[in-house]
Amino acid sequence: MSYQSSAWAVSIFVAFVAFVLWIAYYYARQTKTAKGFYTAGGTVHWAVNGIAFAGDYLSAASFLGICGMIAVYGYDGFLYSIGYLAGWMVALFVVAEPMKRLGKYTFADALDAKFNSKGIRLAAALSTLVISVCYLIPQMVGAGVLVTPLLGLPHYCGVVLVGTIVTIIVATAGMASTTYVQFLKGGMLIVFSTALVICVLSRGLSTSPDQGGNVPYRQFQTIGFTTSSDGALSLSDASYSVQADWQSSPYAKKNFVKLTKNGSTSVWSLDKDAGVLRETQTVTILPNGDKLYNGAPKSEGKFFPVGHMSEIKINGKSVSKTGPLDPSEFLAAINNGTIVRWPSEKIEDNSAQVTVYYQKATLGKDILRPGVKFKVGGKLTENLNFISLMLALFLGTAALPHILIRYYTVPSPACARKSTIVAIAAIGFFYVLTLFMGLGSMTNGVLDLNDSNMAAPLLAKSFGIFLFAIISALAFATVLGTVSGLMVAASGAVAHDIIERFMGIKMDDRRKVRAGKISAIFIGISAMFLGIKYQGMNVSYLVGWAFAVAASANLPAIVMLLFWKKTTSKGITASIIVGMVSALAIILLSPEMYKELYKLNPASAPMPFDNPAIISAPLSFLTLVVVSLATQKSSILAKAPAPFDIEPLHLLEDGFAPESVVAELEEMSHNDLVGIILDLREEIASLKQKTRD
Amino acid sequence: MDHGPSTNWGEDKSAGYKTRVGLWMFLVYCIIYAGFVVINSVWPDLMAKPMGSSNLAVAYGMGLIILAFALAVIYNHMCGRAEEAHNNAEDATKEAEGEA
Repeated sequence: MSYQSSAWAVSIFVAFVAFVLWIAYYYARQTKTAKGFYTAGGTVHWAVNGIAFAGDYLSAASFLGICGMIAVYGYDGFLYSIGYLAGWMVALFVVAEPMKRLGKYTFADALDAKFNSKGIRLAAALSTLVISVCYLIPQMVGAGVLVTPLLGLPHYCGVVLVGTIVTIIVATAGMASTTYVQFLKGGMLIVFSTALVICVLSRGLSTSPDQGGNVPYRQFQTIGFTTSSDGALSLSDASYSVQADWQSSPYAKKNFVKLTKNGSTSVWSLDKDAGVLRETQTVTILPNGDKLYNGAPKSEGKFFPVGHMSEIKINGKSVSKTGPLDPSEFLAAINNGTIVRWPSEKIEDNSAQVTVYYQKATLGKDILRPGVKFKVGGKLTENLNFISLMLALFLGTAALPHILIRYYTVPSPACARKSTIVAIAAIGFFYVLTLFMGLGSMTNGVLDLNDSNMAAPLLAKSFGIFLFAIISALAFATVLGTVSGLMVAASGAVAHDIIERFMGIKMDDRRKVRAGKISAIFIGISAMFLGIKYQGMNVSYLVGWAFAVAASANLPAIVMLLFWKKTTSKGITASIIVGMVSALAIILLSPEMYKELYKLNPASAPMPFDNPAIISAPLSFLTLVVVSLATQKSSILAKAPAPFDIEPLHLLEDGFAPESVVAELEEMSHNDLVGIILDLREEIASLKQKTRD
Repeated sequence: MDHGPSTNWGEDKSAGYKTRVGLWMFLVYCIIYAGFVVINSVWPDLMAKPMGSSNLAVAYGMGLIILAFALAVIYNHMCGRAEEAHNNAEDATKEAEGEA
């Protein structure tokens, strides 16, 4: 399918970008300190922060990816929504308040609050960078993919455009501008997704969806056939002809037949039970790299959008069209009806790669249950793969660095908690909407089989160009919001954790800000480079990597630091590295990578499944426990107060003490600090005693 | 020592209580989520059982999202009350000390 840019889309997008740049300019003047750059001064209101969380978290993968997956696979796509949301319960109940109490600018600060260890700094900074890059690449590639239909520009322009805007947002005002960009995007995403769902429900369902009368429904054809005893086909429509040796062609093995009419060929799927051939759609990649859509170049528009119900039952009676439905009526109608899905098969035809999309009538109740995408209920490895994915989504969310840094932008732990609740409400509501947007795309005749990621924007397009423009501009804004959050996290890891803490380069506040900004520019340029390099590759699995690494490397360290007193710095360092390396190693040896990356037979992969968390997360926990026990010191550390007891240090750093004192304090070990505090307490007590006497 | 406004959270004595409540609620959600994942993977046919307007799969999934929000609100309410009670108690002791 080809898309045309629209004036509406361009102007809405330009207005959004102009506003975003104005925000960056406005906050740039106020961003003079490291605290301002990394945490927006820690003064963001919790409600704003909560919506910004949603803007940060709901990446292109959530918005475009999940809607596309539900549109193609039904309920199995919705499982991602549930897993992504459940992860926020870990964030709320376990991570939110302690993170705020312990941390300063980066997630490494919180891990290191008790130890002052260079090993933790480096390991945490590395895992932050790995996660950020894994998350960044699909977003940047997505930006390139979106720009083509929206603005009619080539891929690299989209990447450079988004990269430049995001770099400006981050390098001018850091977390302050990032927060308001994410707030704006999060709020708009929820408002307009709601509008889209209301449109879907009020249109209702139809067996011949015509996009509200705008685009006539394309009736796919069927041809009756009979088979003679020698296997030859005779067709009811004489204008088509079939080769006599059709059974020896590569198509027959997959139950397809190639027909010829007026010199052009088409592929039909064989339905032996009904005695008919059904029209399919094909994408052919010729040996010279050219792509043909149903035998013609893309520009001829012969590749049709699909998605309809073949039977709708309301109160047990078949109808061809329903009126407006409420959410539960909508689900009931899908559940009781039959939907035509379009699975695909790959066939090699004379060194051309042909993907055949064929119609498959599927009962609604099979769409609304697990099993279309995930082959659950069968083999053990398939089950473990699914459980491992759900585990990574559950444990990964609360350990994503760009989410964690958002806890430092609010004034107190109570605010951190409240903003998490706002985030849960906003994100949960959005994920409920994804089910309706996905099923809407599945049944409204709008689905582009070649690019399921466009499901939500194309669904919007069926309600008019204005909604399409807004949803497309929003998809772009989605990339901006998420990428800017990732860039703040990554530049904190580089400038604050590695340069300042690990390498021990002393910097005054102004220099810290400059180091952060230079890191942001450097990361921005790298992101643009990667976004262009990975053009055209399916890189959505990289988001899965990010979650798996976060769940395996970061979460065990965070949880054990908070709840196990014997945790040592070496234990944390080792667990981060083991978690990260084992997760990546398992991924690189997985069937999916064999298929996608190395183009090898997936069955020959050493690992039986794709999702590593079920192995790498326990391994990381175990490493932490073993190494911590092996490196116990019978020192005061064990008896020392828990880290939050030395919280007044924050005060000193927040301007209640001169910078020289802060610098001196930062040099000291934890034991020294505890000693000083204990001395001070004694002194104060004795002074009090004296005054009373 | 001068106690600036942000010290309120610095020495939050309700932290222990909040952590305990958080862990219990986390455990509850964890079990319900684990049940969801296990049923989906091992007994997917059970998920296809009719329930409400569609089936158990949709009802359980939507239920998890709604439960997340409900638990979050309850948790916030409990934490808020604990913080308030603690802060009031602290103010009272401070006043008492001041009078002494």
